[in-house]
Amino acid sequence: MANDPIHQFQIQKLFPIEVGGLDFSFTNSSLFMVATVAAASAFLIFATGGRGLVPSRMQSIAEMAYEFVAGMLRSSAGTEGMRFFPLVFSLFMFVLVANLFGMFPYFFTVTSHIIVTFVLAMIVILTVTVYGFMRHGTHFLHLFVPSGVPAALIPIVAPIEVISFLSRPVSLSVRLFANMLAGHITLKVFAGFVVSLSAMGGLGVAGAILPLGMTVALTALEFLVAFLQAYVFTVLTCMYLNDALHPSH
Amino acid sequence: MASQTHSNTEGTTETIEVQHGEAHSAGFPPFDSSTFASQILWLAITFGLFYWIMKNVAVPRIAGILEDRKDRIAGDMAEANRLKQDTDAAIAAYEQALAEARNKAHGIASETRAKLKAETEARRSKAEADVAAKLSAAESQIAALKSGAMDKIEEIATDTTSALVEQLLGTAPTATDVSKAVKTALN
Repeated sequence: MANDPIHQFQIQKLFPIEVGGLDFSFTNSSLFMVATVAAASAFLIFATGGRGLVPSRMQSIAEMAYEFVAGMLRSSAGTEGMRFFPLVFSLFMFVLVANLFGMFPYFFTVTSHIIVTFVLAMIVILTVTVYGFMRHGTHFLHLFVPSGVPAALIPIVAPIEVISFLSRPVSLSVRLFANMLAGHITLKVFAGFVVSLSAMGGLGVAGAILPLGMTVALTALEFLVAFLQAYVFTVLTCMYLNDALHPSH
Repeated sequence: MASQTHSNTEGTTETIEVQHGEAHSAGFPPFDSSTFASQILWLAITFGLFYWIMKNVAVPRIAGILEDRKDRIAGDMAEANRLKQDTDAAIAAYEQALAEARNKAHGIASETRAKLKAETEARRSKAEADVAAKLSAAESQIAALKSGAMDKIEEIATDTTSALVEQLLGTAPTATDVSKAVKTALN
């Protein structure tokens, strides 16, 4: 039971709530969503509380996060894209903090559930679609007809573009979910080897050194993945938003 | 087996299933759709709140800090540029003043030199003229004395000659003869 690598993804109800037959219970997942939001907001607000001209360390980190996301958005969607900055920044901070929270032992990883990453991806795709149609009207459909393609090829290219557009929320959500899930399972499996091998006596303890080393290395890798996946999610968000702003490639 | 238990006692089945459900739930947790509604709702609440905080508090605040810093740096740079220009202007003015002063000093020096030279020259020529005048006066005096002396020599010579001739011949020669003879002898 303790070594079950799937156990860490269990949803446990903390306060059962049921409305109209649907289960809206406050679960451990909800708790960590609240914790993620609270920690990220508190950090950004308290770190910038001094409004120092010369930033303190904490303020410097908050500013770096801001400029990092702003740089991504500006380089892929231009200055016009800055209207989406609060959304992109919220997504980046939420995913990053949720991923990093998952690195604490016994903490629940919010982003290891497909439904969470899918909802986040849908927020992006719906924003792109709704804004794209609002701003460009039917001209937004030019997104599916790349410029410079011969007329004869359009019947072939357009469906491919449509499928690629529709697969975006799937790829965006599955990438984040699968990375977090697989990383945590691997980590748990190797850590489980350490426990079960060292229970086997002297030779087992010696044999446990290798998986222990792997666990340490994987932990470092997972920290990298936690950041990298937040980054990738945000970069792709920026690129999709660019499509909403400039549909004709 | 479940159906068998079901047929026996309903209560036992439920407790077994509840225990089973709590231990492993139905299969793989991330694909357990019974938790989706709760996760979507709480994500909507928490992420919505987070977006609101970011949009209305955190982002404007950080943007404000960065903007202030940018303005401050731009202002300081402009101020520094202005001060540099002031400094350059001051240096240029100083150098101009220095050059002017140098020219002036030069002018005064050469003027003084010319003035002194002219004065010296005037004094020298005056002194020279004085000396020349004194010299010519002395020369003319010498000449006068000389001619006076010659006249006296002639007179003495004539007198002496007439006296000698008178002693020798006993008769006095005529004055004309004597002076003629003396003149011939002198010249």
